Amino acid sequence: MLGKGVVGGGGGTKGPKPSFVSYVRPEEIHTNEKEVTEKEVTLHLLPGEQLLCEASTVLKYVQEDSCQHGVYGRLVCTDFKIAFLGDDESALDNDETQFKNKVIGENDITLHCVDQIYGVFDEKKKTLFGQLKKYPEKLIIHCKDLRVFQFCLRYTKEEEVKRIVSGIIHHTQAPKLLKRLFLFSYATAAQNNTVTDPKNHTVMFDTLKDWCWELERTKGNMKYKAVSVNEGYKVCERLPAYFVVPTPLPEENVQRFQGHGIPIWCWSCHNGSALLKMSALPKEQDDGILQIQKSFLDGIYKTIHRPPYEIVKTEDVSSNFLSLQEIQTAYSKFKQLFLIDNSTEFWDTDIKWFSLLESSSWLDIIRRCLKKAIEITECMEAQNMNVLLLEENASDLCCLISSLVQLMMDPHCRTRIGFQSLIQKEWVMGGHCFLDRCNHLRQNDKEEHQRQLSLPLTQSKSSPKRGFFREETDHLIKNLLGKRISKLINSSDELQDNFREFYDSWHSKSTDYHGLLLPHIEGPEIKVWAQRYLRWIPEAQILGGGQVATMSKLLEMMEEVQSLQEKIDERHHSQQVPQAEAPCLLRNSARLSSLFPFALLQRHSSKPVLPTSGWKALGDEDDLAKREDEFVDLGDV
Amino acid sequence: MASASTSKYNSHSLENESIKRTSRDGVNRDLTEAVPRLPGETLITDKEVIYICPFNGPIKGRVYITNYRLYLRSLETDSALILDVPLGVISRIEKMGGATSRGENSYGLDITCKDMRNLRFALKQEGHSRRDMFEILTRYAFPLAHSLPLFAFLNEEKFNVDGWTVYNPVEEYRRQGLPNHHWRITFINKCYELCDTYPAPLVVPYRASDDDLRRVATFRSRNRIPVLSWIHPENKTVIVRCSQPLVGMSGKRNKDDEKYLDVIRETNKQISKLTIYDARPSVNAVANKATGGGYESDDAYHNAELFFLDIHNIHVMRESLKKVKDIVYPNVEESHWLSSLESTHWLEHIKLVLTGAIQVADKVSSGKSSVLVHCSDGWDRTAQLTSLAMLMLDSFYRSIEGFEILVQKEWISFGHKFASRIGHGDKNHTDADRSPIFLQFIDCVWQMSKQFPTAFEFNEQFLIIILDHLYSCRFGTFLFNCESARERQKVTERTVSLWSLINSNKEKFKNPFYTKEINRVLYPVASMRHLELWVNYYIRWNPRIKQQQPNPVEQRYMELLALRDEYIKRLEELQLANSAKLSDPPTSPSSPSQMMPHVQTHF
Repeated sequence: MLGKGVVGGGGGTKGPKPSFVSYVRPEEIHTNEKEVTEKEVTLHLLPGEQLLCEASTVLKYVQEDSCQHGVYGRLVCTDFKIAFLGDDESALDNDETQFKNKVIGENDITLHCVDQIYGVFDEKKKTLFGQLKKYPEKLIIHCKDLRVFQFCLRYTKEEEVKRIVSGIIHHTQAPKLLKRLFLFSYATAAQNNTVTDPKNHTVMFDTLKDWCWELERTKGNMKYKAVSVNEGYKVCERLPAYFVVPTPLPEENVQRFQGHGIPIWCWSCHNGSALLKMSALPKEQDDGILQIQKSFLDGIYKTIHRPPYEIVKTEDVSSNFLSLQEIQTAYSKFKQLFLIDNSTEFWDTDIKWFSLLESSSWLDIIRRCLKKAIEITECMEAQNMNVLLLEENASDLCCLISSLVQLMMDPHCRTRIGFQSLIQKEWVMGGHCFLDRCNHLRQNDKEEHQRQLSLPLTQSKSSPKRGFFREETDHLIKNLLGKRISKLINSSDELQDNFREFYDSWHSKSTDYHGLLLPHIEGPEIKVWAQRYLRWIPEAQILGGGQVATMSKLLEMMEEVQSLQEKIDERHHSQQVPQAEAPCLLRNSARLSSLFPFALLQRHSSKPVLPTSGWKALGDEDDLAKREDEFVDLGDV
Repeated sequence: MASASTSKYNSHSLENESIKRTSRDGVNRDLTEAVPRLPGETLITDKEVIYICPFNGPIKGRVYITNYRLYLRSLETDSALILDVPLGVISRIEKMGGATSRGENSYGLDITCKDMRNLRFALKQEGHSRRDMFEILTRYAFPLAHSLPLFAFLNEEKFNVDGWTVYNPVEEYRRQGLPNHHWRITFINKCYELCDTYPAPLVVPYRASDDDLRRVATFRSRNRIPVLSWIHPENKTVIVRCSQPLVGMSGKRNKDDEKYLDVIRETNKQISKLTIYDARPSVNAVANKATGGGYESDDAYHNAELFFLDIHNIHVMRESLKKVKDIVYPNVEESHWLSSLESTHWLEHIKLVLTGAIQVADKVSSGKSSVLVHCSDGWDRTAQLTSLAMLMLDSFYRSIEGFEILVQKEWISFGHKFASRIGHGDKNHTDADRSPIFLQFIDCVWQMSKQFPTAFEFNEQFLIIILDHLYSCRFGTFLFNCESARERQKVTERTVSLWSLINSNKEKFKNPFYTKEINRVLYPVASMRHLELWVNYYIRWNPRIKQQQPNPVEQRYMELLALRDEYIKRLEELQLANSAKLSDPPTSPSSPSQMMPHVQTHF
C-alpha cells in the first residue's frame, strides 16, 4: 500500500531552487526582495513519482494570530501531488518525526484531494478551469480534506506562473485515463509483498478462504456457503470473485440475471439471524420477461423463507430511505462551512453557526443513517429476523447500512484490523464505485453529480468511514422487486414502537447484549465531528486542550503501566536491577493543541483568539434588554 | 475507584440520581426507614399520590414531605423510582384540574423547580389531600412568607471539615502577595459603613487615603468603589472591580474618582492607559445615565480607555434560560434542535461572557495595563468577568479549594445578590430580580473544563453539586445578598457550609486527568463551534439523553491508574523480597523510595 518506506524515496529530484521565509506582509515585500537568503529545500518524491512543473518565489499565506503573513518558496506539481517547498521545513522536521506514517506533508496536496481551484484577479475570486486567457495573482485551493491553501503569484516570473497554473489545472481537472492514475506507476516502482494472516491482518476477501474464515467467525457457515461461481468475473464484473449465498441456493441462479435478484450474505448475528443484500432485477416493460422475473424471485424467496432460515424482512433502501442526491447536496453545503478563507469569515459565520449547520441537513442525514442501522439491528437482535437490504446495484446505501449494522453488533469490527476488513468486505468487495463516486477520472460532464458521504460514526467512537457516491440514472427508485415484496414490510407504526422500546431499553440498562453498541441519536447528541472538520482551522484551535489532552494522558499512563509491567517481569526472571528508564517519548500534553495530530501548531504565541463580529439582534427580547438591572435609588446622590 | 459498578449507574435519571445523592451526601439512611433524614430534618406528612412521570407515565407512589425535602417512593413493584427533591428547589406550586375534571385522581399539583424540571402529582379527591399537600408544600418551600426559618438554620449535620474556614480574605490576599508597596488592605468597611454590600477587608491603592475612598464612594453606584480583585504575580497589573460612576444626564464629574482611577493606573508603573471594561452593551450604558448612572467619559478620564463588552442584563438572561427549558423539558426538541438551541441565545450569551473574560485576562497577562471592570452595580456581570478572568489567569483557582475561594470571594463576599437572584424561600416566582447569573458563570466554567479537560482538579459532579445546593437551602453558603446581612444572621455560626460537605468527600469530585500546571494561562475558544449545551446539567432529568458516566476514556484511565498502583505495590514487594535475599542492602540502588518519585512525577 501507499506509505511504506516512503521518506527519502528516490524519484528524479531536481536541483534545489532558492527560497526564503519572510514574515512581512506581501505589500512590504519589495524592499526585501534583494535579501533573498538561499536555502536548499528538497522535494520528497515517492517511487515512481515525477516532477511535472514548478514555479519559484511563490508566497504561501499562513494564518496566524488573525493576521496573515507569507512564506516564500517553490510550488511544484508532480503526477501525484502539488507541493509547496517553503523554508519552514527544518522547523517542521522536528514535529514530523512524530508521524512515522505520514506520506503527505503539511504542504502537500495530492491531485485527487483538490476540490476547487480559485484564482484571484483584481481582488475578485473566480473558479479556474480549462484554458486561461489571464493568469491570477493569487491561487486558492480548496481540498477535499477541507484544507484551504492560498498562494500569491505576484512575485513569480510570468512564465512560471503560466506553467504552474495551467499545469495544476490540467492535472487536477482534465479527464484522466485509468492507467494514468499515479498508483499504477507507484506500484510498479515500489515493492509490495505483505503476508496475510486473517488474524493479524486486514482480510481482503479476495479468496474463497477469506470468506470461509468470516463465515466461521460469525458462525454463519451453518446456513450459508461461499461460492466461486464468479471466479474470473465470468458472471458479473460488479460482484466480487467470491461471495456467500444461502446454502440451498443453486449456483446457476447467480448466472441467471448476472447476480441480480440474488440474496448475498453480509454477516451473521450470534442468534443465527443474518444480514443480506440484493441488487434489484432490471426494470422491464415486457410482460413475458416480467413473468420470468416473477417466477425466478418466487423461487429465491421460497429458498430463504423456509426453515432453517429466519423470517426475512426486506428493507428497500433505494425507495424508503435517503436518496443519493440528498446526501450529495447536504455534504456540499456542509463542507462549505469548513472551507474558510480567513478569520473574518470564521467569526462572521460563528454567530449563526447552529442554523447554518442545520440548514446543511448533514447531521440529520447522519442521524437517519444511524437510526436505520439501529432499526435493522433491532430486527436481528430482538426479533431474530433476517434482514435483506435491497438496492439497485446493492453498492451504495447497502454498503453504508450494512457496515453500520456490523459496527453496532460486532465488536470485532471496532478493532482496527476488523474495521479495515469491514471496509474491504462491504465497500471494496461490495462493489462501491469509488472511482465514479470520487470522480477520480475527472469526468467533467458528470462532475456536478458527484456524490459523497462521510460518517462520523458513534458518539463514543468517531471512526471515519467514507463512501463516495456518484450519479445514478434518474430512474433509480421504482423497480419490480420492491413492489413485489412490500407486503412483507412491517407497518411503520409497529416498527417505530419496536425501535423505541429496543433503543430505550438498551440505553437505560447496562446489560451487555453480546457487545451491542447503540449510538445516541437525539438532537443534542449528534454533534459535528470536530477532530475531522475543524482540524485545519487556526481560530478553532484550543491550545493545550481538546480531547487530545485526555488521550495523551491516557497514553502516558499506558506507557507507564507497560514499563512497570516490564520491570516486574524482569524481576521475576532475574535478580538484575532494572536499567535506567526509557526516555518518555510522549510529548507534554499541554504543548499539544486540539488540532493534533492533523495540523501542526499554527499559532506560536499564546495570544487568545477573540471573536471579531458582534452581537446578533435579540428580536423579541429587545424590551428586556433595555430594562434596568435594578432600580437605581437616586436619593443619596 | 473506576469500578464497573459506577458505570452501571446512570446518574442522570431521576431515580438513580437521588439514590446516588443520598449516599454521596453521607446521609444516614436506614433502609427500613421510609425516608432519608438529615439531622434536624423532621417529617411533616406523607400521602399516597400518583406521580405523573413525563418519561415513564403515571406511577403510584407515596410522597413524604419533611421540612427539607419532598421524597417519593414508588409503590409499584416494577418501578424502583425514587424522587428526592429539596424543597428549596421549588419556585412555584400550582393546582391543576379539580372538580370539573373526570376521574378519581384528577386533582393535580404542578411543581415548577429551579433546576429545569417540573413535577406533577395527581391526588385523590377524598380528604382534601391536595389541599393539604399544597398548603404544607407552600409553607415549607416558601418559609420566608410564613415566618419560618430556612432549613439551613435547622440543619444539624456535622462534618469533619469546617467549610467556613476555607476562605480567609486576608490569607487569600497574602497568597497574592498583598499588601505590597502599592496596595494596602483597609478595614474602613469593617462595620459595612462605607459600602453595605462589600466585605469588610478591601484592597485599595496605597496612595489613596480612607477619606479619598469615602469621597470616591459618593460617585459610585451603591458606594461600590473600585477595589482590587487580583494582581498579576510578575507584571503587577491588576483587576479592579466596582459599580458604574454616577454620571447622570448632566455628565457629572468627580475629581476624586478621576484621581483614584489614575492612582490605580500608576500602581504597576506603566505609562499606558487604564483599561475599563464596561460589561454592558453601550446603548444600555448610555441609557443608564437617565437613572443617574453612566460610564467613564474620555473627557473626564484622560488616562483611561473604555470598551463595552455587550453582555446583556439579568432579564435577558432569565428569558434565555426559560427558552432553554422550553426546548429540553420534558421533551427534547428533535426536528430542529440546532436552530431551536440558537433561538434561545443561551450559548451566545455564554460566548459573550467568555469573550469579555478573555479580554480582561489577556490585557492583564500581557502586562500592558491594569483593568477596571464594572457593569451597573458590579455584582452580576462584573462578578462573572472578574472570576472567569481569574480562573483563566491563576491556576490556583482551578483546584477544588481554590475554586471554593474564588466563589466565596468574588461572588459571595462581594455581594452577588444570591437571595434575590435565586429567591431562597421566597414565594414570589415572578420576581424580576431573579436571574440565573451564577448558573451562567458555572456553565462558563464547565465550557472551559470541557475545552481543557486536564486543567481542573474538579469534575462535572462538583459543578453540579454546587448548583444543586445553590437552591437547596441546606447550607448557609449561598444565603442572603451580602456579607453584612450574613453577619447579622450569624450564618457562619448557625449554618453549615457547602464546602464542609464537599471537602469531607473530595475524592468524589476529583478529575482524574488533572495535571497541575502553575502559571499557565487558559484561553478558551469562545466560538460557537466549541460551545455546547451542558447536557448533563440541563437535560439530566431525561433518561433518554444521558452521556456515559464515566465516559469511556475516563473509565479506561481509572482502570490503568488502579493497575499502576497494583504494579507499584507488587514491585515494592518484589524489591523487599530481593533485598532480603541478597542481604546486601547498600548495593541495591533501586529502593521503593526511588521508585515512587518517578511514578508521581505526573501528578
